Amino acid sequence: MWETLIQPFAEFSFMRRAMMGCIAISVGGTPVGVFLLLRRMSLTGDAMAHAILPGAAVGFLVAGLSLGAMTVGGLIAGMAVALLSGFVARVTALREDASLAAFYLISLALGVLIVSTRGSNVDLMHVLFGTVLALDNAALILLSSIASITLVALAFIFRPLVLECADPQFLRSVSGLSTITHFTFLALVVMNLVGGFHALGTLMAVGIMILPAAAARFWAVSIGGLIVAAVAIAIASSACGLLVSYHFGLPSGPAIILVAGIVYGVSLMLGPVGSLAAPVFRHRVNA
Amino acid sequence: MTYALAFEELTLGYDRHPAVHQLDGEVADGSLTAIVGPNGAGKSTLLKGVTGVLRPLAGQVRFGTCARSDIAYLPQQLDIDRSFPITVVDLVAMGLWSEIGGLFGLRAAHRARIDDAISAVGLTGFESRIIGSLSGGQFQRALFARLLLQDAQLVLLDEPFTAIDAKTMVDLLGVVRRWHGEGRTVIAVLHDAEVVRAHFPDTLILARDLVAHGPTPKVLTAANQFRARQMCEAGVGPPHHRGRHVS
Repeated sequence: MWETLIQPFAEFSFMRRAMMGCIAISVGGTPVGVFLLLRRMSLTGDAMAHAILPGAAVGFLVAGLSLGAMTVGGLIAGMAVALLSGFVARVTALREDASLAAFYLISLALGVLIVSTRGSNVDLMHVLFGTVLALDNAALILLSSIASITLVALAFIFRPLVLECADPQFLRSVSGLSTITHFTFLALVVMNLVGGFHALGTLMAVGIMILPAAAARFWAVSIGGLIVAAVAIAIASSACGLLVSYHFGLPSGPAIILVAGIVYGVSLMLGPVGSLAAPVFRHRVNA
Repeated sequence: MTYALAFEELTLGYDRHPAVHQLDGEVADGSLTAIVGPNGAGKSTLLKGVTGVLRPLAGQVRFGTCARSDIAYLPQQLDIDRSFPITVVDLVAMGLWSEIGGLFGLRAAHRARIDDAISAVGLTGFESRIIGSLSGGQFQRALFARLLLQDAQLVLLDEPFTAIDAKTMVDLLGVVRRWHGEGRTVIAVLHDAEVVRAHFPDTLILARDLVAHGPTPKVLTAANQFRARQMCEAGVGPPHHRGRHVS
């Protein structure tokens, strides 16, 4: 038992670092994922994740595999796509989801092109799927900072954000915070995706935000319960995923996301709230 | 007569298509006014224009005895995401926004007022229920409790009695009468002409353009309602075809 569960972390610092990184991403990114889910923007998160790629790629072109350059590039590209698609939706007849899809597809193609002209396939794999087992101190500090900023920012915008999701007309009638809240939230999404892509890659980063949030929907009813459940599921999935990848020699990013996917599948079937089995539970309680 | 708000050549719309066209008129301070008209007549749009959610394409809303910040607004139920996991007491507490804003917590006095508002709409015992588990009528009661807490001089209600049971409607009409008795100005978008005749002294009939505005018995006639329907079916009414003001 000890050897299977604890020893890999006790023995290897890269496993401990990977776990630290995953905890940071889970604590910061997953609450954002819960709000993405509640705002019916799960796929927006996916689109934004793709949109970050060309920025990270340009950073990579300029400075190689540099944490700072790729982070700044990703942030700029992500915010640009978010703002541009919002702008296009407001001034043209195209809806926001359609313009977002258009921009992220262009971004993704551009990103892959930029990386492949200069780098090798290894570099491309790094950007797309991340290197959670090779997180250095700088990367860990970045991930932890993003998690801290996210929690503080969420605490500040929590009430307007809840209203913006549940009853936007009311929020607009009582305060002018609607637009600020929306864009702060988008900035948090981009920031967490950029942080997540260092560990899990642009394609997998959104997984650790959305899958635990979706699974939590079957365990908790209140918004606070959802966030706590989602973070717990994310951290547990990270630990299991890392162990699975260690013992079976599998790539760790996809292993983490797959474990989160299995938790989602189990929750879907057996969770106490609104799952396939929920009517059976209710029946037993009533009987 | 002092007015609560006045419309001056007010044109409102989406994507430059006017939904309310060159509306003129005054809503008297302390009046209880129903807005009626066919579907697509711009009734909800007019309320959004008053709250400031929607900016006028032309003209303006002028505020007399009450300020724009002193409005309690009930959106249509369709505009609210009822699957969002928020409890009744949290939803109602949002009515205190002008006092607690986005950051401050609730004090004991606030909690007492929240309890009072919830009991005034007959929802005591439902405080910790998630809004998704309420019936249409119960949910509307919760929204009325929120309006009570907002304690505003101008109350705007968008289809307050749609899709709710008869008992709830009677209770909520009682709340509306209470506001009227306290001297607040109430404007409600309504569909049921019988309810308007029985409970609303003033009526404004809208069909993009103003059809008629004044005391309900004079204004809410079969002829005016027929004309409103015709104007809406004919598309955007010609600019010269403006309503008359009965007073």
